[in-house]
Amino acid sequence: MTAAHTAVPLLEARGLSFLRQDEPVFAPLDFHLHAGELALVEGDNGSGKTTLLRILAGLLYVGEGELRWRGEPLQRATCVGEILFLGHQLGLKADLSPRENLQIAAGLFGCRDGVSVAMVLDQIGLRGYEDEPVRRLSAGQKKRAALARLLLLPATLWLLDEPYANLDRIGIALVNQLLETHTAAGGAALVTSHGAVSFHGGEPRHIRMHA
Amino acid sequence: MNRPGLATACVAMLRRDLTLAWRRRGDIAMPVLYALIVTMLFPFALGPEDTLLQRIAGGVVLVTVLLAMLLALDAMFSSDIEDGSLEQLVLAPQPLALMLGMKILAHWLTTALPLIVIAPLLAAMLHLPGAVIPVLLLALLLATPLLSLLGAVLVALTAGTRRSGMLLALMLLPLCVPAMIFAAGAVAAAQQGLPWLAPIAWLGAAVVLAVVLAPLACAAALRIALDA
Repeated sequence: MTAAHTAVPLLEARGLSFLRQDEPVFAPLDFHLHAGELALVEGDNGSGKTTLLRILAGLLYVGEGELRWRGEPLQRATCVGEILFLGHQLGLKADLSPRENLQIAAGLFGCRDGVSVAMVLDQIGLRGYEDEPVRRLSAGQKKRAALARLLLLPATLWLLDEPYANLDRIGIALVNQLLETHTAAGGAALVTSHGAVSFHGGEPRHIRMHA
Repeated sequence: MNRPGLATACVAMLRRDLTLAWRRRGDIAMPVLYALIVTMLFPFALGPEDTLLQRIAGGVVLVTVLLAMLLALDAMFSSDIEDGSLEQLVLAPQPLALMLGMKILAHWLTTALPLIVIAPLLAAMLHLPGAVIPVLLLALLLATPLLSLLGAVLVALTAGTRRSGMLLALMLLPLCVPAMIFAAGAVAAAQQGLPWLAPIAWLGAAVVLAVVLAPLACAAALRIALDA
């Protein structure tokens, strides 16, 4: 948590909102996130949590307001590869095995130093299922295969949309542990969740969404 | 942390799509069987008259291959949009147009190439003279990438709309007219013993233009489709 209060925040939103057919999806948001911090995005169904994450990932264009990345206006070129987005759709090919899916991800995004696909699959709890086509895995195992990207790919900011969905108690503990290790290493994360998040790496920041 | 180079990413992308196609190799056989059956119908419908079949052979093979390619076209990006792979591709540090170019190449390899391989058989079924077959193959080798590239742009534009298959056919077929004219022109010229290089050169020029522009257009269209 040493890097938590450096002067320039990693990510900063000022009066951020998103318009869908000229109607704002959520009330203007102001928040900032430093390296080593975790933010929980809270709000009712339909309050725009997923939309917010998609904007931050760069999949949707900012409607109004401003986004800053390390103090500079956020542009794709400056933050590309530093942001890892895990959405509702897991981005796994059903006909390929978890191993093949991760190899493709590593081929596109690169991988962390000293980390291999086999190690990551072992760590995420998919030992014995490495070469099974993803379509034959359970919902929770699919989620784990997608979460394995967090361990494999280099990124500073994680944007996780409902990372706890479909996971068992061990899986939930695993996600919490991943978040702790990531923030302790100077990374940051934005997480949307309805479930109980027990985070031991300091008090998470809360971002409240209103429709 | 080590970022993969462009070549690594291109190979990963190409290998992914070829592996996926191989896992569903039944789908590759469909357009081939379709082309075989359609070509077989012509002698039944028109009668087994050598001179008539010979005259229409080149055109029939070209149109059949075009229609067979349409069958597999609308699946080019749909599964990637459904399972979220496209979002990951858009967010990857690699240029999206190049990655889509690799997808189009994989699509061409898995749908057009098998059709080109059986094209001599189709031509022989319609009594096309053996000497013309190399020209037909050359015309197909240049016309099919053009169709894949044009088709990819339209698939990207219609991504997310319902019943896009029909719409796609209605939009793509008129755009195929120039490619069809040049390809059929080359085959007809060869059949009459005339020089056939000029229409082939025009096809080549069109392919070069499409290779440069189509992936960029695809990338822009798919970004808009994800934004909706």
